[in-house]
Amino acid sequence: MSQNPKPSSSSSSKSKSSGLPRKRFYRARAHSNPLSDSHFPVPINPSLFNLSQHYPHFFPDRSNAPKRIEFADIGCGFGGLLVTLSPIFPDTLMIGMEIRDKVASYVDERIRALRTPLGDYHNISVVRTNSMKYLPNYFEKAQLSKMFFLFPDPHFKEKNRRRRVISESLLDEYAYVMKVGGLVYAVTDVEELGEWIRGCLERHCLFQRVGDEEAAGDPVAKVLESATEEGKKVLRNGGQTFRCVYRRIAA
Amino acid sequence: MNLCQTMEETLIDEAENNGRDGEVAPALIAVHPLEKFVAVAIGSELRVFDLERGFGTNLLDDSGASQHSDSIRTIGFSASGKLFASAGDDKLVKVWSTDSWQCIHKVFSEKRVSAAAISCDDHFVSFADKFGIVWIVSLKENERSDKGTQILAHYCSIITSLEFSPDGKFILSADRDFKIRVTVFPKKPLSGAHEIQSYCLGHTEFVSCVSFIGTSEYPQGFLLSGGGDSTVRLWDFTSGTLLDTCEVGAQAGILGSNGDEGPCCHAVTDICASPDGSLVAVAIQRQVSNLHGVMLLTCDLSSRRLSVSKVVTMQETFIPSSLGMSVSGENLWMVSGASNLPGSVSSALARVKVISRLKQMPDSSELEPAVLEDNEVPGGTKLLETLQGSASIAQEEETLAAAAEAVKTAMRNLLIKRQYSVEKRELRKKSRNDRKLKQ
Repeated sequence: MSQNPKPSSSSSSKSKSSGLPRKRFYRARAHSNPLSDSHFPVPINPSLFNLSQHYPHFFPDRSNAPKRIEFADIGCGFGGLLVTLSPIFPDTLMIGMEIRDKVASYVDERIRALRTPLGDYHNISVVRTNSMKYLPNYFEKAQLSKMFFLFPDPHFKEKNRRRRVISESLLDEYAYVMKVGGLVYAVTDVEELGEWIRGCLERHCLFQRVGDEEAAGDPVAKVLESATEEGKKVLRNGGQTFRCVYRRIAA
Repeated sequence: MNLCQTMEETLIDEAENNGRDGEVAPALIAVHPLEKFVAVAIGSELRVFDLERGFGTNLLDDSGASQHSDSIRTIGFSASGKLFASAGDDKLVKVWSTDSWQCIHKVFSEKRVSAAAISCDDHFVSFADKFGIVWIVSLKENERSDKGTQILAHYCSIITSLEFSPDGKFILSADRDFKIRVTVFPKKPLSGAHEIQSYCLGHTEFVSCVSFIGTSEYPQGFLLSGGGDSTVRLWDFTSGTLLDTCEVGAQAGILGSNGDEGPCCHAVTDICASPDGSLVAVAIQRQVSNLHGVMLLTCDLSSRRLSVSKVVTMQETFIPSSLGMSVSGENLWMVSGASNLPGSVSSALARVKVISRLKQMPDSSELEPAVLEDNEVPGGTKLLETLQGSASIAQEEETLAAAAEAVKTAMRNLLIKRQYSVEKRELRKKSRNDRKLKQ
């Protein structure tokens, strides 16, 4: 990421040349237990979620413009997808949700460093939260048009299945925050999890599979595998990825 | 090294023991919609009094002597009054017919049950477990099963209250994460309730209770909720819009004279709305204030306002843990007490009281509710003997006070998220199994 990977003696956590944050200062555990009690602030309801703080460029006079977040990247990790999508949809507000504190602050720093006075990368932001518990605190009913679940934790153990970010009961909540016609994208490199996700979505009465042809024509679907750090790693190692695209349908 | 480890273990044990002290079950009360029966649950015991015939009813269960083998956490009559459900820590949901008081169906849950409700048509019983999963079982003769089918889930949050809307269109679930979820109750519930109608978000602490309120003008009805933030809130539950908030904690401070209590320490434990929608009774878990009894709110549905009308005071130690009312709205039934009291001779204690004259007389503008003396209570001393276990509990002031205290701690432990100091958190991490292997 940084153009100057040589260890520097300065204590700054940002690269001198690019101004981007350096990952080694944001080391975090690979996993965080989504079941545990959270001790970070969560907005009481979506109207109290301060958008002007996240997207100052779109809310210049701190007024509550009618603009709303439309894309959510659940478990955004180091923010690769947000950064890729930002120039493709410059007028769409997107948010990444990440449960690991340090990773979220890395993404925050990264976005700040990327933002230019001209308005690039002002439409993306990140929030540290547990999206499995607090999604309705951030989004109104039928607000989102796209949700992304890229390379989620596989949780192989039977006992830990309920920590998976896609399950039949959590899909109810995702369907609630999505508008009819909105799309859910899920990508994984674990075949077992891919089948699980497909099964959950297939059984759910509010989601319908988007055909391969249609998905192939979707500019977003194309970048999914290559946008994120995990995706790049899988491509590098020649691994297989499993992609699901489902549409939110009316009840 | 060894010494160090034992120290750690004791510290952690201590923390966990504190949690276990909280296994006190507050007494619960339920009133038949036509006031034919009054039921009280205390610990594992279920007591039912038949008001029409004037004697205590024997509950019949073919499987064995005891009705439940561990604390009962939820009881309730169905809207028709034909069925009654009880469930709790013994992971059993029992559905009783109120004609014979025979257990007509028994459901085994994998986890402890925190809430249960019977659907408006008496066809289904729904219950919530400690993992926040809501299950459903059909009560129709040919569809009965002794295991539930999952219909919805709150992600790992204890569900405190489960209710069907009066029109049967929605199922509502409130949890300790401040949420009330309104889900469309589908035509075929056994295949899951996936369509969320709304979320009622506004409480800043756990939600402890919900209650519907409606009149002929507003047949759809509104929702009332109470919680740990010492507020009662009025909602349009189909849209999730908060219509009004009544700060009962702050009001109690003002009304209960010298206000030297800390802020935010009156958790609302139960609310009960009168059927005509005008009056709301609120049970508040007092911390240090001088509020003894229940608070009555008036609800003006046309202007969508809640306001405090009166505090009905009772003797010092009576802090109701559960409320009940029939559709006539004549009497408000209250119970105070708890089971498994630590350091007490009597293991369980329940005290029943009734407030009468809740209906506003046409000729008087003032509401004049009266707390009935023990001999004036419908059913008389016989009822008290059945429901309290003895008619003369009134003397045991101290035990009642202890019970109130125990209920308070139990509620706190159950609903308020435990906070650990940094050191304790580190200690807990050290005892993690994967770390132990490395050592």
